[in-house]
Amino acid sequence: MVTARTSSPHLSQRTPALGLRLLLLASLSILILVVDHRENHLDAVRRAIGATVYPLRVVVDAPVAMWRWIRESGETRNELRLENSRLNAERLLTHARLQRYSALESENARLRAMLEARTQVKDEVRVAGIMSVSANPFRHVLVIDKGQNDGVYDGQAMIDANGVIGQVTETGLFSAQAVLISDPDHALPVEINRNGLRTIAVGTGEFNRLDLPFLPNSADVIEGDLLVTSGLGGAFPAGYPVALVDSVTRIPQEPFAAVSAKPAAKLDQVREIMLIWSIADEDEAETGE
Amino acid sequence: MIAGRASRRLPVIACIAAALMLAIAPMPDWASPFRPDWVTLTLIYWTMILPRTYSIGTAWIVGIVLDVAQGTLLGQHAIALCFVVYITVKFHLQFRVFPVSQMSATVFALLAFYQFILFWINGVAGVTTSANIYWGPVVSGALIWPLLTLFFGGVRVRVGSGH
Repeated sequence: MVTARTSSPHLSQRTPALGLRLLLLASLSILILVVDHRENHLDAVRRAIGATVYPLRVVVDAPVAMWRWIRESGETRNELRLENSRLNAERLLTHARLQRYSALESENARLRAMLEARTQVKDEVRVAGIMSVSANPFRHVLVIDKGQNDGVYDGQAMIDANGVIGQVTETGLFSAQAVLISDPDHALPVEINRNGLRTIAVGTGEFNRLDLPFLPNSADVIEGDLLVTSGLGGAFPAGYPVALVDSVTRIPQEPFAAVSAKPAAKLDQVREIMLIWSIADEDEAETGE
Repeated sequence: MIAGRASRRLPVIACIAAALMLAIAPMPDWASPFRPDWVTLTLIYWTMILPRTYSIGTAWIVGIVLDVAQGTLLGQHAIALCFVVYITVKFHLQFRVFPVSQMSATVFALLAFYQFILFWINGVAGVTTSANIYWGPVVSGALIWPLLTLFFGGVRVRVGSGH
């Protein structure tokens, strides 16, 4: 009770000031919310605060990195030999495929030149590691360990070995934040590989499902169709696999069919991702000269 | 005296930093819906114990940092934390004498209010997900509260009993 008596006069003095401060900070928050939601003027602020969060991230990531290191260094010689031979076999296979690919690429370029079309986009790819994945269920965000220093830019596309993962939203100096294609706020222009039908794939908040809400009942889409990026949004280069259609429900009285697809990339298991630098612009400049 | 105050602040700031780290630490998929709102719980405790030192201003700054760390709309967690801390500071004398079970129930209500504000802002901003996922942190937060008070109580003894 002693505490109550000593504190209560100070509390009653303080109460109006407290309410006033709540009012001030709440309205400031709402102002920031509106500005942040409508425009992207606050990117610089985010970047500045993000730099202060970076050490926290490093600390959080440390035990995971250490565990990985211990596991890797604890692997036996035999396991390493097995993995080595497996990787060697895989390398041979990919090399063989790559030979055909380069032949096809040059043929493609020649045919395009004959058609006087723009040179095919050539992409440069670099590997980045994942530092953390967002804890927030309504934001599928991950942080990668490459930033402005490595030439990462806002809107850059990210893939893994199987397909598109997402795109960079904010670049810090040494790290960057990226949004996954399964984020409920993310929409991705795609086309059906079989017939070139264009549509939009929208994230659902679940790692293994995308929605295609804008396909009419009459659309030519069947289960098992492969969706690839159409390149229309400008953010993603065309032709990367995105998802496989896994259910098509046509509802007679509705204008649109309920179509969902399963992402080709393993969004909840990625550890390393690849960043794509499209060098189409330079090509254009060269052809222009 | 100033040096004494600084050394008293350090443990609390360390608690808040640890809570921020726990908020962005990776968790297995099945557990992540039940990740407690570590930052909210920490702020409720310390603003209840030391309302003169840690109050709405602290909550706002921590909220903004949390927004950046989690990539949510800037100001979302800040405003929610401000309201929760306002209630805590306003009623801190009552809260301090509550038995643990009653305080857990109060924390449940505070966390539900916190998640409601987040839900509301998400709704206005057009980020829609199922409403069920908002309940996980509320339940786990209220359940873990007694353990947290034990831990923070230990920290508080080290700090010296505040006022």
